[in-house]
Amino acid sequence: MSEKNPFPNENNSGHIWDNDLRELLNDPPTWWRIGFHASWILVIVYTILYPSWPMLTTHYKGVMGWTAMGEYKEDLQSLEQIRAKYEDQLPGKSAAAIMADDELSNYVMKSAKVLFGDNCAACHGGGGAGNPSYPILADDDWLYGGTANEIITSITNGRKGVMTAHSKSLSTAEIDELANAVMKGEPTSSPLFMTKACFACHGPDGKGISAMGSANLTDGIYRFAEEDQLASIKYTITHGVNDASDPATRNAEMPTFGGSKLSETDIKKLAIYVHKLGGGK
Amino acid sequence: MSETTNNSDHPHHHIHELYEEVDHWEVNTGEQTIHAKRMPGVFRNLKWITASTWLIFFLGPYLRWNDKQAIIFDIMDRQFHIFNITILPQDVWMLSLVLLFFAILLAAVTSIAGRVFCGYFCFQTVWTDVFTWIEEKLEGKPAARRKADKLPLLQQNIFRKLLKHTIWILIGALTGISFTLWFGDAYEMWSDYLHLNVSLFSWVVVATFSVFSYLFAGFMREQVCLWLCPYARIQGVMVDVDSIMPTYDYHRGEPRSRLKKGVHDADKGDCVECNQCYAVCPTGVDIRNGQQEGCITCGLCIDACDSVMEKIQKPRGLIRYMSLDELQGKELPPIYKRPRPLIYISIMLIAAIGILYGLTHLGALELSVLHERQPLFVLQSDGSIQNKYQIKILNKTPKEMKIILRAEGPKSLTIIGADKTLKSIPGKISSFSIFVRIPKKELTEEREKLIFKVYNADNDKINADYESMFFGPQIH
Repeated sequence: MSEKNPFPNENNSGHIWDNDLRELLNDPPTWWRIGFHASWILVIVYTILYPSWPMLTTHYKGVMGWTAMGEYKEDLQSLEQIRAKYEDQLPGKSAAAIMADDELSNYVMKSAKVLFGDNCAACHGGGGAGNPSYPILADDDWLYGGTANEIITSITNGRKGVMTAHSKSLSTAEIDELANAVMKGEPTSSPLFMTKACFACHGPDGKGISAMGSANLTDGIYRFAEEDQLASIKYTITHGVNDASDPATRNAEMPTFGGSKLSETDIKKLAIYVHKLGGGK
Repeated sequence: MSETTNNSDHPHHHIHELYEEVDHWEVNTGEQTIHAKRMPGVFRNLKWITASTWLIFFLGPYLRWNDKQAIIFDIMDRQFHIFNITILPQDVWMLSLVLLFFAILLAAVTSIAGRVFCGYFCFQTVWTDVFTWIEEKLEGKPAARRKADKLPLLQQNIFRKLLKHTIWILIGALTGISFTLWFGDAYEMWSDYLHLNVSLFSWVVVATFSVFSYLFAGFMREQVCLWLCPYARIQGVMVDVDSIMPTYDYHRGEPRSRLKKGVHDADKGDCVECNQCYAVCPTGVDIRNGQQEGCITCGLCIDACDSVMEKIQKPRGLIRYMSLDELQGKELPPIYKRPRPLIYISIMLIAAIGILYGLTHLGALELSVLHERQPLFVLQSDGSIQNKYQIKILNKTPKEMKIILRAEGPKSLTIIGADKTLKSIPGKISSFSIFVRIPKKELTEEREKLIFKVYNADNDKINADYESMFFGPQIH
């Protein structure tokens, strides 16, 4: 560092290295200072307006009273206002009337898709594709009827069909014969269908009785579809469905969605959605 | 350093030599306002003509066509209308070709004739030109303005200064408003503007345009070209030795000397050091130093020099449009012998053909079909296999269409959900769920081809089709 400043009048700090490298005392550029001051002013204004400083048990709330939750609720409200145009019409209309209205049923399909995903798809599969032991909703084979109102009843009250276990009343050979007849889709071809009173539940033509929820045995659509379908039919005949007397019985229960679980309108929406999946009557 | 070394070896000496070179570096980094002189001439007139192409920007939105705005970029409804053509997001590939066309046009023009865009068409050049024209009308010739710049503010003509800034801001605002008019109905939007009843977004756009027009054309001017604009830099590398640009013919001009009592020394070149070329330059460039980054090739120095050459009875063209090779005495090859322009022109041609093809094949109807994956298929109780499809019909016409849907595939297929005609909303996609059923015994393959066809019920020439699949169970 030089004792004598060889570069007078150029506003240097007097720090000079290698005879000519020196530090000047120029101000930072104006644009930089504007940016700097604007930044700290912004921070102060922001922390006054918005929730910011942590305090011992709570935090400073900000003079605008903004909260993330409040913003979410506002957004939700404005969303509901848009939906209200359709939602307000739904409670007063029957499922059939809604389905007759293109615009309304379009809305219901979009809206119920979420409900279906939340409540139904876990068992019945996305799009009602069904799962082992859970019925397909996209076909037109219905145990309890496939009109929108029948579907509403099924969702509201749940369903629990019963088939007696026949391990005691039928011999293995008889079960084999009946199972093979069902497998062919012609249950009445076996005389046992009449003599062993299968018709009492499945109807004299074997097409099921929807009031009882008994299966149609003629259409090749199985309630308990499995890889080895013949074995599955034999198992069902042997152990029944929901028969408390047989510990190996098949469990098949559709839970109740009415009451506190889903509102009537939501159930109506779901019924329309399910009705339109591919097999509504 | 030892004390005995002589002065020329002292490091300070070398440094000063370097600094002297730097002093010749003539890029004005904004410390001085350039007050360019205005002189009439061929290129001055040409500049007004090219600048007037921007009137399209201001007047275009008021054009009507069939009781609608002729050109409207309707972002809200996601459609562009250009006369009878409707362009929807599906046609956006054409936009990329339009961009390609103009990008290559820029390259082609630049390689042939330098920064033509910068000098004659660029909004920065045009707006600055208009702003300085207004400045000259209100505050006088460059000399008067330079003098006034040195005076304290209160001694200047405050009224005229205020008027100038007001007009500048108004031009900026008009620029912003005109920009927004392309995106909505111009007449309705003007009424909204006059009632101060437009969206916040429009106000922000107008404010942004006003501020930046005012700032860029009023104050920053050539600085925008020097260090803000990327195209200025890109175009600099697009020129080559065959590109013609305003060039000072130094073989003829040097050594330059001043006229003494109107007499010209025969040993000297034609340049009489009148500095008019420098005085008229809007970017403050001395063209006699050769082609340089500040030059926007506007040709105003050619006008200035020619007028002086005429006065001293020398041939015009001491500064003229020529290439670097021409300056060295070589001949300029014709364009068809230069690969670069040829390649550019062929790319432009391909892009233009693509755009033309797109515009003539827009079609009125577009169909797309999504096969439902969950479930892929279901067995129905009558023994048929059912597949579900989402039919999406795009109606590109401004009218509602009644659509008939058919499917071609295995025999005895039935479509469920399309017995009525389908209603397709104009300018939008209408979506329908339909089912196709085929008896299981008729299926010979796990997957069969299915072709969906849609027709306008009133005019079956308007149609579209889409190939899809029909899925069934495994055939054993």
